[in-house]
Amino acid sequence: MGEILYLILIDPFVQMAELPDFFLQVLWEGFVSGILYALIALGFVLIFKASGVFNFAQGIMVVFAALSLVGLYEAGVPAFLALALCVLIMLGLALGVERLVLRPLVNQPDIILFMATIGLTYFLIGLGEFIFGGEPKVMITEELLLPTGSYAWEVMGGLVIFQQIDIAAAVIAVVLMTALGLFFQNTRIGRALRAVADDHQAALSVGISLNQIWAIVWFAAGIVALATGIMWGARSDVSFALQIVALKALPVLVLGGLTSVPGAIVGGLIIGVGEKIGEIYWGSMIGGGIEGWLAYFIALAFLLVRPQGLFGERIIERV
Amino acid sequence: MGLMTLERPGGKRRRHLDEVLLALEGVSLRFGGVNALSDISFDIRKGEIRAIIGPNGAGKSSMLNVINGFYQPQEGTIRWKGRERRRMNPYLAASTGIGRTFQNIALFKGMSTLDNVMSGRALKMRRGLFWQLVWIGPARREEIEHRRRVEEIIDFLEIEHIRRTPVGKLPYGLQKRVELARALAMEPELLLLDEPMAGMNLEEKEDMARFILEVNEQFGTTIALIEHDIGVVMDLSDRIVVLDYGRMIADGTPQKVRREQAVIDAYLGVAH
Repeated sequence: MGEILYLILIDPFVQMAELPDFFLQVLWEGFVSGILYALIALGFVLIFKASGVFNFAQGIMVVFAALSLVGLYEAGVPAFLALALCVLIMLGLALGVERLVLRPLVNQPDIILFMATIGLTYFLIGLGEFIFGGEPKVMITEELLLPTGSYAWEVMGGLVIFQQIDIAAAVIAVVLMTALGLFFQNTRIGRALRAVADDHQAALSVGISLNQIWAIVWFAAGIVALATGIMWGARSDVSFALQIVALKALPVLVLGGLTSVPGAIVGGLIIGVGEKIGEIYWGSMIGGGIEGWLAYFIALAFLLVRPQGLFGERIIERV
Repeated sequence: MGLMTLERPGGKRRRHLDEVLLALEGVSLRFGGVNALSDISFDIRKGEIRAIIGPNGAGKSSMLNVINGFYQPQEGTIRWKGRERRRMNPYLAASTGIGRTFQNIALFKGMSTLDNVMSGRALKMRRGLFWQLVWIGPARREEIEHRRRVEEIIDFLEIEHIRRTPVGKLPYGLQKRVELARALAMEPELLLLDEPMAGMNLEEKEDMARFILEVNEQFGTTIALIEHDIGVVMDLSDRIVVLDYGRMIADGTPQKVRREQAVIDAYLGVAH
């Protein structure tokens, strides 16, 4: 008994203190995947805020955006032109979704819209496989002038390795999130988006166009998906398996709150760092592999205490 | 009936209320087998304060929702600014100059008073997504220009002190006022007020009545309001439509409506 308590409560911290450079390395890895989780979660939050729809298709949008980029490049389009074309593809997707999926379903219960996004997921999987085939592809990291080297940082008698692509991912994610935050805080369209999020009927009655707002948030979510796709793709491959990773956004959202942009970021970091540390320092006790489910476990525990998430709007029902 | 005594500034006005802004003819609205409105005909003239009154369940809110485009009547025609309206929805209604408030207050609760009122300018601000993204330059100038107009409205309704407060935290009476400010920011030609004084105490009611009159006088906004407090309406409106069980039982000046036997019966409850 005492030995188990020692393994859980004391030994991991001893290990952290003994090899501080390794601990920093784990933290950094966790931070980077946390940032990427946050990016995916951000895509969900944008759409959920504006329309109350949980967009199941966000994961496949990440894959679809990355596949289009690589696919276009392989077809001979220069890298940056392909990137620009991908932005246009995401715009087309947003307009198409708004016109063909959301508009006919306006005023339907949220669950109907949710199911429509599941349908959209399978449609995009099929379309993606039809156009680009099912094999994993390699992200065109260098062609997009993203750095591929690494820095080594000598610290406390050891080394911490920073992959430059990870640094770039963190920087791009932070820039993207800041830009979106400023946009939604300070512009007319941002204000309209928050208005729509608060009350559809009232927004319509002051002449805010739901259709326009929906198209804009789906476009924004598409851009976020493209950025996520490039970054994830650069760390692994571009394949349909990526959309499973996107499901990691679920515990992030439970943690951060479905309606909060800062919540998505903080939630993403907690999950990213938490699961790396958990895996390395506690996972070995039960044979490893806890990275796969630890995030869901944290989220579940969190749900019991604070169902609205860290930053979500408190759910108050008048009776 | 004299719940309060309101003197119109400048005494009783005699204006030319000839130009018809909105005309309804033979409007009927059904929900399944329920007749919410049957064969309603009346008009709203430019510059007047028009009240729609009636006991609970008379169809007042349905009437407002028809004008606002939220409901489509099965029968009847609606002419807005002289042209017959076909398919309607709240967005189209707003973009052709109809603003409204809601009975249960539909503000954007998480946003400040200022942002709520600014959102009323949605239709007036035309810089597109591109300039919004660039942010500085034209979109910024436009924002400032509209901000000036919005500040005027905020001053006018005496809500300067709560400009930065999230409206969800405000007391009920002030929320109603913010909602009026948001509707005014649209600079509507026709302003629909759904029970603007419901749930208010006497003092708040007097303030609201004063604001409604001043809006009408100073901005020349045509106002159609619903109330079931008959006293307020008698002092406030130029002409009154009385509904009961979805039918129109009277239409005319307060003096005329007050004397109609059908109106007295409806309010005092006579067996139908």
